[in-house]
Amino acid sequence: MSFPMDDSRPIFVQIAERIENDILEGNLPEESQVPSINQFAAFYQINPATALKGINLLVDQGILYKKRGIGMFVATGVRDIIVGKRKEQFYEQYVVSMVKEAEKLGITTDQLTDMIKRGAKEQ
Amino acid sequence: MTKIVEVKDLSKHYGKVKAVDNVSFKLEEGKIYGLLGRNGAGKTTIMHMLTAQIFKTSGELKVFGEEPYENENVLNRICFIKESQKYPETFRVKDVLNVSPLFFPNWDKEFAMALVEDFRLPLKRRMKKLSRGMLSAVGIVVGLASRAPLTVFDEPYLGLDAVSRNLFYDRLLEDYGEHPRTIVLSTHLIDEVSQLLEHVLVIDGGKLLLDEEAETLRGNASNVVGAAAKVESFVSGKKVIHRAPFGGLMSATVLGQLSAQDRMSAVELGLEIGPVSLQQMVVHMAGGNGKSGEAAQ
Repeated sequence: MSFPMDDSRPIFVQIAERIENDILEGNLPEESQVPSINQFAAFYQINPATALKGINLLVDQGILYKKRGIGMFVATGVRDIIVGKRKEQFYEQYVVSMVKEAEKLGITTDQLTDMIKRGAKEQ
Repeated sequence: MTKIVEVKDLSKHYGKVKAVDNVSFKLEEGKIYGLLGRNGAGKTTIMHMLTAQIFKTSGELKVFGEEPYENENVLNRICFIKESQKYPETFRVKDVLNVSPLFFPNWDKEFAMALVEDFRLPLKRRMKKLSRGMLSAVGIVVGLASRAPLTVFDEPYLGLDAVSRNLFYDRLLEDYGEHPRTIVLSTHLIDEVSQLLEHVLVIDGGKLLLDEEAETLRGNASNVVGAAAKVESFVSGKKVIHRAPFGGLMSATVLGQLSAQDRMSAVELGLEIGPVSLQQMVVHMAGGNGKSGEAAQ
């Protein structure tokens, strides 16, 4: 099975994001074991060195930790770290570009707020 | 990291034709390399020299730290699967599997049999009766089961269907994970293998165009599309490897990571920025676009 990766960014970053997503969505609860490097490589059909790099990215941030001889585990209390990081990204990725596009179309800030409220209601 | 292959100023000339021209690179232990380039770029010639199938014209060539020619110490650690691998016509599939351990000390018989089943190869059929794709599959089985410290696949999948190619990638990664070794994969199907590669070498016209980590290359080229004049102003000072005008519009492919500032100015200019796959990058760099050569320098 092959999962298409986004060509615009390094794969290891995308692997790290996917693990973070799994932690956020509860597929990987705290203190649970993360699949091995080779399992990642086989599953996503990527080079094991790339998978290792993605996992190390999360180890460096304290999101995953290594148990010698056993494997990688999700650290306790990391959901909040990831949520905080994602909120920051959310602002940059969605809010900034939304405000820009709204400006182009002549949508005022008030109108934009109304639209967001409408969108939230319809959800 | 240990160097498996060291090549310095390597050349191979056939009369006036410089098939390989002053190429230098190193292959490190335990990595998967992609050797990419157009037809006639010199890929196969390089692989033939690495595996001591032909003599070099000049330059230095060390494999496992030694000259490979007539050197058993080196050759029994190499497995080279050629583009149209030939086995004796009267050999049955199982004969090929039976003689392989003589050449490859790390041969894993069980793994070979599992692969034969995966690829649905008829053990008792003779080579001359096999289809093109089946012949390629035999080569792949030998290449994988040999577990040679340096395994070279030169376009291993002539006539191989998509299912079997995918199977090849799966088995390659699985086995490489358990038994790391140096693998060189030469192919035209760059999109299919780009995720498997750790390092990429691009050859064009006998010269080495690119020698870079695959992950570094990812996101290292972007397509910029918009009004021609605005695109030109955006790309000025950047390395442009491809330009395609389209009416008043233009699409340009630039090398190098775009900074946040670049992206902002692209938005302000009303330009769209899109990703470039490794395949597109190679096509542009080794492509017919006259400007590619100088841009790559």
